[in-house]
Formats: sequence, C-alpha cells, structure tokens
Amino acid sequence: MSAVPDTHSSSDFTQERFAAHLANRSDLPAWWLEAKKAAWNQYLALPLPARTDERWRFSNLKGIDLAGFVLPGQPAPHTPHLPDFPRVAELTFSNRQITARTALPADLREQGVIFAPLDEALREHGDLVRRYFRKHPVALGSEKFVELNTAFCSTGALLYVPRGVEIALPFVVEHTLAGDHMATFPHTLVILEDQAKATLVEFFVSTETETAHFVSGVNDLHASAGAHLTYVGVQNWSDATQAFHSNSIAAGRDARVFSLNLHLGGRQARHESHSRLLAPGAHSEMLALTVAHGTQEFDQRTLQTHAAPHTSSNLLYKNVLLDQARTIFSGLIVVEPDAQKTDAYQSNRNLMLSEAAEANSLPGLEIEANDVRCTHGATTARIDPDQQFYLEARGITPQHAHELLVFGFFEEILDKLTDDHLHAALTRFIQSKFKS
Amino acid sequence: MSQLEIKDLHVSIGEKAIVKGFSLTINSGEVHAIMGPNGTGKSTLSKAIAGHPDYTITGGDVLLDGRSILAMQPDERARAGLFLAFQYPSEIPGVTIANFLRAAVQARMAEGEELDATGYYKRLYSKMDLLKIDRKFTSRAVNDGFSGGEKKRCEILQMAMLEPKFALMDETDSGLDIDALRIVAEGVNAMRGGTLGILMITHYQRLLDYIVPDHVHVMWDGRIVKSGDKSLALELEAKGYDWVKQELAKA
Repeated sequence: MSAVPDTHSSSDFTQERFAAHLANRSDLPAWWLEAKKAAWNQYLALPLPARTDERWRFSNLKGIDLAGFVLPGQPAPHTPHLPDFPRVAELTFSNRQITARTALPADLREQGVIFAPLDEALREHGDLVRRYFRKHPVALGSEKFVELNTAFCSTGALLYVPRGVEIALPFVVEHTLAGDHMATFPHTLVILEDQAKATLVEFFVSTETETAHFVSGVNDLHASAGAHLTYVGVQNWSDATQAFHSNSIAAGRDARVFSLNLHLGGRQARHESHSRLLAPGAHSEMLALTVAHGTQEFDQRTLQTHAAPHTSSNLLYKNVLLDQARTIFSGLIVVEPDAQKTDAYQSNRNLMLSEAAEANSLPGLEIEANDVRCTHGATTARIDPDQQFYLEARGITPQHAHELLVFGFFEEILDKLTDDHLHAALTRFIQSKFKS
Repeated sequence: MSQLEIKDLHVSIGEKAIVKGFSLTINSGEVHAIMGPNGTGKSTLSKAIAGHPDYTITGGDVLLDGRSILAMQPDERARAGLFLAFQYPSEIPGVTIANFLRAAVQARMAEGEELDATGYYKRLYSKMDLLKIDRKFTSRAVNDGFSGGEKKRCEILQMAMLEPKFALMDETDSGLDIDALRIVAEGVNAMRGGTLGILMITHYQRLLDYIVPDHVHVMWDGRIVKSGDKSLALELEAKGYDWVKQELAKA
C-alpha cells in the first residue's frame, strides 16, 4: 500500500470543507444550497450511533469512524469490470464526477423521460427534484449519515418517467470509487408517474479490493398510481469500506415496487430499506441477497409500513455466510390502524457455510389493525448433506455440487427478475465473486 | 463388456452391521432383482455402493471391471459408470433440471471440451418424450414439489441421459400408481438390450411384471440367501417371505 498522505490525519467533514463544497455549487438552486446547509447542521447536531439505540443492536459501533476520509479530486484511472446486459441508457460516475453517459433514445426524450446526473437535474428540473427529494423521513437509524449525504452529495441520478410511459430495458447507474480513504455520497431519485413502468440498476463498486472507503448512499423510489418500478442495487465496495445505504420506497394506489439489493462488498455495510404502502392496492417486493465472507459485517434493517387498507408487502432477505462473517437482519412490519386487509410477509434465511460465521435475526411485527395477515420468520441452515450426495451421485464434483446448492439458495430470489439478460448477468457476477 | 462384482461386502451404519457378506456379480446387459423384506439391508447395499458417507464398508470389495471402487468418491464412482436411482430423491430448490443434468453431463466430458447445447437439448427432449415428461419440466427445480411418480420418472430420465454401465435402482416402484409404474418400466426397458446392467431392488413382485429380470435373488439379514430366475419372484409372491425364513431355519 502507498504511504498515507498528510490529509488523512483529518477528514474532509469540516465546516471549512463543507463551505468549499457549497461554494463550488453556487450555480445550483438556492433551495438546494439551503437544504445542504440545514443537512450539514443536522449532521453536526446528531450523535453517532450509540449502544443504547435499539436500531443499532448487534452492530459493530467501534467500526464506525469517519476520521481521515476525504473527497476524491480525480476520477478513477480505470473502471472495474461490471456485468453486461442490454440497457436503455447509462450514467457512469467515478470518484464523484460524471465520466460517461449514453444519450437517452429520442423517442423517450420526446415522451418526457428524464435520466440525468443529479446536478444537471437540479439545474434543469429543480422543482421536480425538490418535490421528491427526501420526501419521507428516514427512521431506521442512519439519520446522521443521510444528513451527511445531503450535505455532500453531488453525484447520483434522477430518473423520471411520465404517466403511462413503459420502458422495458433497464437504466443503469454506476458509481466507482478509487483511491485510499476516499468518501462518496451518491443520491438517486426515481419517480414514476401513474401507470409508468421502468427499471433502474445501480452499481456501487471500488476499483481495488483493499482500499478503505467511506460511503453514505441514499435512494428515493416513488411509484405513483399503477406504476411498476423495479430497482436493483449491486453493492460491491472494497473489503475495507464502511458503507451506509438508505433506501426509501413509496408506493401509491395499485403501484408495484420490486427492489432487489445484492450485497457483496464492504468491511461493514449497513443497508436500511423502508417501504411505505400509501394507498390501496400498493405492493412492495423487498428482496436481498448477501454473500458475506472474511470478517465482513452486513447489517440490514427493514421497515414495511402499511399506511392504507388492502396493501401488501413481501420481504425475503437471504444471506450466505462464509469464514467469520457476520450478518444482522432486523425487520419490522408496521400495520397502521386504518390498514385493514394488509397482507405482509417477512422472511430472513441464512445459509451457513462456516462454523465460525454468525447470523443474527430480529424479526418484528407491530399491528394496530385487526383484519390483517402478517407472517414473519427466520431460518438458519447449513448445506443439506443429502442434497449434496444426490448431486455427487450424478458425477458432479463436490465443489460444483456445493456451488449449485448455494446458487439454488439464491435462485429463489434471482428467479423473480423478469429480465433474463439481467438475471444471467447478475448470476455470473455473483459466481465470479464466489470464486475470488 | 463390463462387470460389477460385489465380493463378500459388509456395511455398517455407525456400530450396527447391516450388510453381512453380500456377494453378486452382474454383467453388462443383465437385470438382477434383489427382493427381501424391509430392514434386510437392500437400500443400505445400494447407497454403500454409490458411496454415501453415512455408510461404512467394513469388509469385502466392490469391483467395476476388475478395479475396486471403494477408494473413490461418490462423484468419481458415478463418472466411472455407476448410477443410483434413489428411493427418495432429494428436492433441490433453485437448481433446474436442465442445469443439473447439464452439470452432470459436463462432469463427464474431458477438460476443455465444450458441450454441444443443441445436441444436448435434442437428446434430453427425446428422453423426456419417451418418459412422457412435459418439456416445461426442464425449467423446474429438481424434484421440487414433484409428485412421487414425477420424481421416479425424473430419476429414470437422469439414468437415460447419463448412460451408466450399471444402475442400482432402489425401490423404483415405491409410491407409483400403475400408470406411472408402466411409464417408468417402459423407460427402463428401452434402455435394456444394450450394455446396461441393472441391479433392481424391490419389496414387491409387481415391478417384475413390467421389468422382467434375468435373475432374482432373495436378500435376508444382509446377504443373499436364495437365487433363481424370474419364477423365484412368483414363488415368493405366492408363499411370502416367511417361506424363506422357514427354509433358512431348516438349513
């Protein structure tokens, strides 16, 4: 590893650096700069997560440390190899700068579809961003880091799809980070108007496996009446990264939101996901796959808020644990008093591939309506030796049999992707991670 | 010509001896039926030959074409030409039949050799047609939610695709209604006449009406106590296993 530069002795998260960051963005709307200032003050006012906070139960609080992290100045010298699949358009960010983008097809542009980097969206569609940006409060514990995200965010994307526009191929956003002790704050906003249909796939990757990064990422996903929104997040930060990702989902009448988060990287990676079912017929499918190896800690906190009658949600989080890795799953289903006929499901399943790994599971329910169906469960299992023998008895090597069984465990989730190319590309990507 | 030679085999589960001096030689093209009451060691025999880790071979040997297979891992035994049709096939969620069989076929190919996908699917579909298995099954997870009959047909499909030298069929008739039994038997009979040797384990004579064996052996307390042709099965059916017991007592 290269010598640690002097700048590492103190981080960039100072009043001075924040003022400099704001000064660089004077071309952006005043409300935005004000929002950033407010967020910075909130960040300073909020305490770091404490052991007394139930929302951080089991988390390694000692591992959270912002000291020495700085904002990168130059784009990464190269981009990592990412899964390839057909896409409609793509935005590529490297070290907090946009480094590549493909043009939106003319027909989509004419129909009013917007797919733009955050800064451009603020300049050209400021009111739209303002209406949806952090519309719903964060409640799952990472408030301080979300405020820091707002204060420093400059990269990320706006995807806006007008009423009735359906787009089959996915949009892709890539965030790459390179260099030791670099920090980044991506923020992506997806807005689907009534009856619109679109998919966004977002990658979070480091160019090297050993460099330390600090990340606070935020997504706001909004699906209006009858809209179908699919979001896939692929997190493959370096093994030395502290990552805090906060995901907010709001589903209107008869809207369907499908979110799949793939967690592969990070030393300590926390992912919070909050679905709000706001009007009758709303549905949220919340899926996650985690491959935890080495001494990684994956910390997943979820909330399914049923705020209206006849809403449904289905959460399935699957973890594979190797080595001395740790996972924490803490999920809550809240059914508000008016939300009769809610149908909510929550399941966390852990596949232990090592004796030394540790899976913590904290499922929970809070039901204030009386006519609902809510179920939750958590299972922890090892590879079934009979299944392993069955495959080997067909001539498949023990190693390949093992791999087939692990991917069989994942397939229940990947199989829900309706885009076959994306399905195949993600499967290959996980496979490549598994072998490394 | 191939030969599977089981020589004075002793098998234990934990401390308990189950198979106690079993000897039998099967040649290519022959169908041998092993009959016997429950608990006499028939399933243990087949799983031990296939290399199941829960079964310990405490004596004797199993030779395939003169070479002992006992030091080989289960996957190596399978690639050498053994096939176990399971009495209770495992359900493997998330692994499709197409992918599973492709992995098994590829495992038999030389390093660097590419699978001819078109040829593979053509062969797969023709075997499926023979076994009256809907082609949609290829995208279903292995045995996941299958009926008893579907699972057994799936076993025979695998056997047809992998073309073993010797198949050990463990209670293939159990859990099958008469229609399913007929389909499974047709599938097996279609593979006969070539080089395939079969060791067919069954509790009932019924299966042997459909797959007529060349040799019938009665297994009792871990070894063969009586051998004959297919008429022995009929005799057993008529007289029951108590008859064997009495014969043994006299001896």
